[in-house]
Amino acid sequence: MEMNEYLDVFIEESKEHIQALNDHLLKLESNLGDLGLVNEIFRSAHTLKGMSATMGFTDLADLTHKMENVLDAIRNDNISLTPIIIDIIFQAVDALESMVVDIINGGEGKKDVTELVAILQGVEQGEEVPTEQSVLEQPNRITTQSARLDEFELAVLNQSKENGFNNYQVNVQLQKTCLLKAARVYMVFEIFDQIGEVIKSMPTVTELEDENFEYDFTVILVTKDSPTEIEKKILKVSEVDHVLVEPFEVNYAGLEEEANIEHIETAQTLAVDIDASEEETKKKSFSSKTIRVNINRLDALMNLFEELVIDRGRLEQISSQLKNSDLQETVEHMTRISGDLQNIILNMRMVPIDQVFNRFPRMVRQLAKDLNKKINLEVVGAETELDRTVIDEIGDPLVHLIRNALDHGIETAEERSKSGKVEEGTLKLNAYHSGNSVFIEITDDGAGIDRQKVLQKAISNGIVKEEDADTFTDQQVFQLIMESGFSTADKISDISGRGVGLDVVRNKIEALGGTITIHSVAGEGSTFLIQLPLTLSIISVMLTEVQQEKYAIPLSSILETAIVHKKDIMRAHNQQVIDFRGKVVPLVSLKDIFQVPGELPNDEYFSVVIIKQGEKMAGLIVDTFIGQQEVVLKSLGNYLTDIFAISGATILGDGQVALIVDTNALIK
Amino acid sequence: MVEVTEAYLKAIIFQLNDEEYAMPVELVGSIERMMHVTRIPGAPDFVKGVLNLRGVVTPILDLRKRFGFEEKAYTDSTRTIIIHYNQINIGLIVDAAYDVVDIPKDRIEAAPEVIGGMHIDYISGVTKHEDRLLILLDIDKILETSNLNIIE
Repeated sequence: MEMNEYLDVFIEESKEHIQALNDHLLKLESNLGDLGLVNEIFRSAHTLKGMSATMGFTDLADLTHKMENVLDAIRNDNISLTPIIIDIIFQAVDALESMVVDIINGGEGKKDVTELVAILQGVEQGEEVPTEQSVLEQPNRITTQSARLDEFELAVLNQSKENGFNNYQVNVQLQKTCLLKAARVYMVFEIFDQIGEVIKSMPTVTELEDENFEYDFTVILVTKDSPTEIEKKILKVSEVDHVLVEPFEVNYAGLEEEANIEHIETAQTLAVDIDASEEETKKKSFSSKTIRVNINRLDALMNLFEELVIDRGRLEQISSQLKNSDLQETVEHMTRISGDLQNIILNMRMVPIDQVFNRFPRMVRQLAKDLNKKINLEVVGAETELDRTVIDEIGDPLVHLIRNALDHGIETAEERSKSGKVEEGTLKLNAYHSGNSVFIEITDDGAGIDRQKVLQKAISNGIVKEEDADTFTDQQVFQLIMESGFSTADKISDISGRGVGLDVVRNKIEALGGTITIHSVAGEGSTFLIQLPLTLSIISVMLTEVQQEKYAIPLSSILETAIVHKKDIMRAHNQQVIDFRGKVVPLVSLKDIFQVPGELPNDEYFSVVIIKQGEKMAGLIVDTFIGQQEVVLKSLGNYLTDIFAISGATILGDGQVALIVDTNALIK
Repeated sequence: MVEVTEAYLKAIIFQLNDEEYAMPVELVGSIERMMHVTRIPGAPDFVKGVLNLRGVVTPILDLRKRFGFEEKAYTDSTRTIIIHYNQINIGLIVDAAYDVVDIPKDRIEAAPEVIGGMHIDYISGVTKHEDRLLILLDIDKILETSNLNIIE
């Protein structure tokens, strides 16, 4: 059961290796002599074999094992590589692939590979490939046939050489008319015994005695005689057609067996002579090694870590009081380590944005069909990582923006060809990291935003006064389309709704601590640029105090802080306001909003935090500013939901809980 | 053993306003001494606030307020019983928590129809245990969110 956890990894890596096998085989096909490529292929096959054996996919392991043997023989020059062998290996890789596909689909990766295994085995042993009839291969075949020697035989051959004996490989061909093959073989072996010693015979002696062979057999002979003498002596036996005597090189033929024995060793030496490309493939496979962890465990880890941070804060305090240098040093070291730890823990919570992006191609296809437009979707940077919590929230705003781009941005095919564009519109999604933020761009090559149309609409909706219209920058005009109650589409459609879309999108993104900006060129298209913080779990806040209670205000929504004199506070429509840099900003007291118990101090001056949401601002009156701090955002749990103007909580250095103010709720 | 666990309800006994209550032990995560509680503005008055329970922000209910008993200053014996129930972590402030008992299930009686108290809603049953009257609480009723009239 435990294996299931590794199955995903196995599948991912298998796919990768099969891809690598295919790539390298293709290259090898056009460059038969490149042993480096053979090594690459061997390595992939070897890894695949190991993995599938571990996972219990025996058929997969068997086939890769045979493949590996063939490849091993090739790189040791025991078989010469031919296009036919490459074809067979390709077939094997195809079979591997179909097995992996079966595993992906929940199967057991079973497949009848006996035929392929047999062919590979044949290739490995130098047998001719069934389709091959080359005469040139003949001598080759003999030598490889004789290549199967065990360690003992090799030792004898090596020793005989040192003792002045010659090693020969003798091929004896009997006449096809020969009736008593066993008798002739016996006679030939008699001669061998006289002149030297037979180390190995192919087929084996028993097979020869049983006449279990065609008309020829080969032996490896250790003798002091010369090849011609051997030949003459054997030819004296009747019904022998011809005899071929060749010197037998131990190093040459013994290698295959040796390689098999020292298999592990070879793999090890391989690891040493890493070339650049190998390093690359290695990196690739390492980076994809993953384990799946339940997010709750990560949350638990984070919680424990927070405890640690709180204790660290106390330790720091104690050590600064005690002024013991050893203690201070240790605490400093601990501080650094826990800082690194925090980074690692936060990184673990990151997931690729592909989880959101991957549903868009289908959606775009469907929308394009519904709208009768031709649209090509390009996705870039799907691997960009974002905090899990952001990923969960960002989907809906993106869907909205894509719908908007398809509906209002990209024109119909006819309109496009009329204005000289290609009929197919392009929608591009691009995600990337920059600094401490993640950017998501949604670009279309549609009509762009029509400044005049937006302004007219804004004026008729009463969002903008007519006399101000000319003073607006393009940027300001574009921001208007994200005001509530705004829709520029002449036709109201199901797809991008009634203009309730974009302001919702903006609010959502701002609630996530991000911003959205629009760039547009009439006739060329528009870009919506979303900037999001890397993580939502740690945010910068301004910690403030109201009576005995502490409230954290997210820095992302703070414009600035100010000290306001009592006499500067004015009243308009029964609402306290101040004149802040030429703008009338309403003032609200956190004490009133949160019904903080206690007396209002009768101060001359008020501490005010100016918060903003989009273009709107408000001033929050607090008692004191404590300071800026990085805090970990925590939810209030499932029990307390929808608490007004509170977006969450955080734990302060002293272990107490401080509430985080939802500034968006305070600006209405 | 199986029969035993089926026949008995293992419960933590806590005290509230001189009455003894039983809470099934499997719901209880831990029993804590009083800690600093942060008030939640706008929450119902029986929601005392939230506290930091080993890194988890946990809401705390004051059971005295929940049941409409008069308020009493916290003492040394005041405890917070942390309960994990239906994906909710919550703490209940009680006067004291001191015992674990096995209550035979067949000895649990339905709550008396007329008790006169206003908190009858939250009682799921009563039982007698060694001359003590134990009140079993209906945790669903206590946590019921429809009673949370959040002021907006």
